Amino acid sequence: MTAAALRQAFTTLVLVALLLVPALPAFAHAEQGQVVGFLTGLHHPISGLDHVLAMVAVGLWGAQLGPPAIWVLPVTFPLVMAFGGFLGLVGLPLPGVEVGIALSALLLGAAVAFEWRPPLAIAGVVVGVFAVFHGHAHGTELPPGQSGLTYSLGFVMATGCLHLCGIAIGLMHRWQLGRAALRALGAFVAAAGVYFLAAAFA
Amino acid sequence: MNRPGPGAGAGLRWLLVAVAVGFWPMQASAHLVTTGLGPFYDGISHFFLSLDDVLPVVAMAILGGLQGRRGGRQVLFALPVAWLVGGLAGYFAGGPEVARGIAAVSALVVGVLVAADRRLAPAVVLGLACALGLLHGWMNGASVSAAKRGSLALPGIATSVFVTVALVSALVIGMRAPWLRIAARVAGSWIAAVGLLLLGWSLRR
Repeated sequence: MTAAALRQAFTTLVLVALLLVPALPAFAHAEQGQVVGFLTGLHHPISGLDHVLAMVAVGLWGAQLGPPAIWVLPVTFPLVMAFGGFLGLVGLPLPGVEVGIALSALLLGAAVAFEWRPPLAIAGVVVGVFAVFHGHAHGTELPPGQSGLTYSLGFVMATGCLHLCGIAIGLMHRWQLGRAALRALGAFVAAAGVYFLAAAFA
Repeated sequence: MNRPGPGAGAGLRWLLVAVAVGFWPMQASAHLVTTGLGPFYDGISHFFLSLDDVLPVVAMAILGGLQGRRGGRQVLFALPVAWLVGGLAGYFAGGPEVARGIAAVSALVVGVLVAADRRLAPAVVLGLACALGLLHGWMNGASVSAAKRGSLALPGIATSVFVTVALVSALVIGMRAPWLRIAARVAGSWIAAVGLLLLGWSLRR
């Protein structure tokens, strides 16, 4: 390459740099932490075994109870859980949150293990009461610098997907062997609830 | 390779100028997106990247679809028009900007209605679509005006609203299997839950 061609290429490069540098203004107030907030929210519910087991147990119980509970419980839970999160966000304390979460695993697991079939309204109230504890404990744990909106979206979606997993597993209730396996799963969740309860009081 | 001649010194000066331009402070644009394709496309991208706008619109589109063809058509035309009217009003009247928490209420209210899946009077659906469009449109218009951006962003946003409602409502109206209707209700429940949490975030001290 000749010296003239080299100079021309260098000048062109500088001109291109000049054109590119001021192309976009700085966005001082642009939305930040959107993606990481969503991923944190998506990951948070599956990072704690107590939350995972309780959410799956809601789905298991819904599948065991059959329609309309199979869809009423998963529709109710996110709303009431968000109400618990709302209470936490506005600063209203909820005593015994850890105990409530442990009890949720224990009682929901026991309901599946013993095939408890209460009226729909009572099942809804039981699930709703525990949802408040889960929302209060987990819905507000947003790391600094992340978007609260996308965190909430990820958190609700992950919780809903855990319910769907529970419902999918609970569909084995249709078969005789599956019914026994489902009750065994409920007993496992209840046993884990006892462990969580002991840990909460320790 | 030959030694750089006098032209290289000139190039270095150009480079220094480029670096200086790069550090020159530019105007900040609050919550708006610049595509480089003009304000209309900025409006389109702004809508699809603003979840606090997208979620209520999706919920409203599902609600319209759950009400059948008539409800879907009402939302399809009322919501974008109200959004544009509210946007123009917010743009020309300027502030004060509506608090973000109020926007969360719209996701909560419409989401709860979707989760409940009750048959609503056509006037109620129409009123909800108009109220939602005027409220969010006002917020968009005020923020576009505050950022001194072109008003052509507002038709871009309204077009995005129209396309979103058309796709979602058509999908819901076409649902035949009962479990798909339940899936729509679950989606409404999730949107309402996010709205409630967003309201909590906005009230958090």
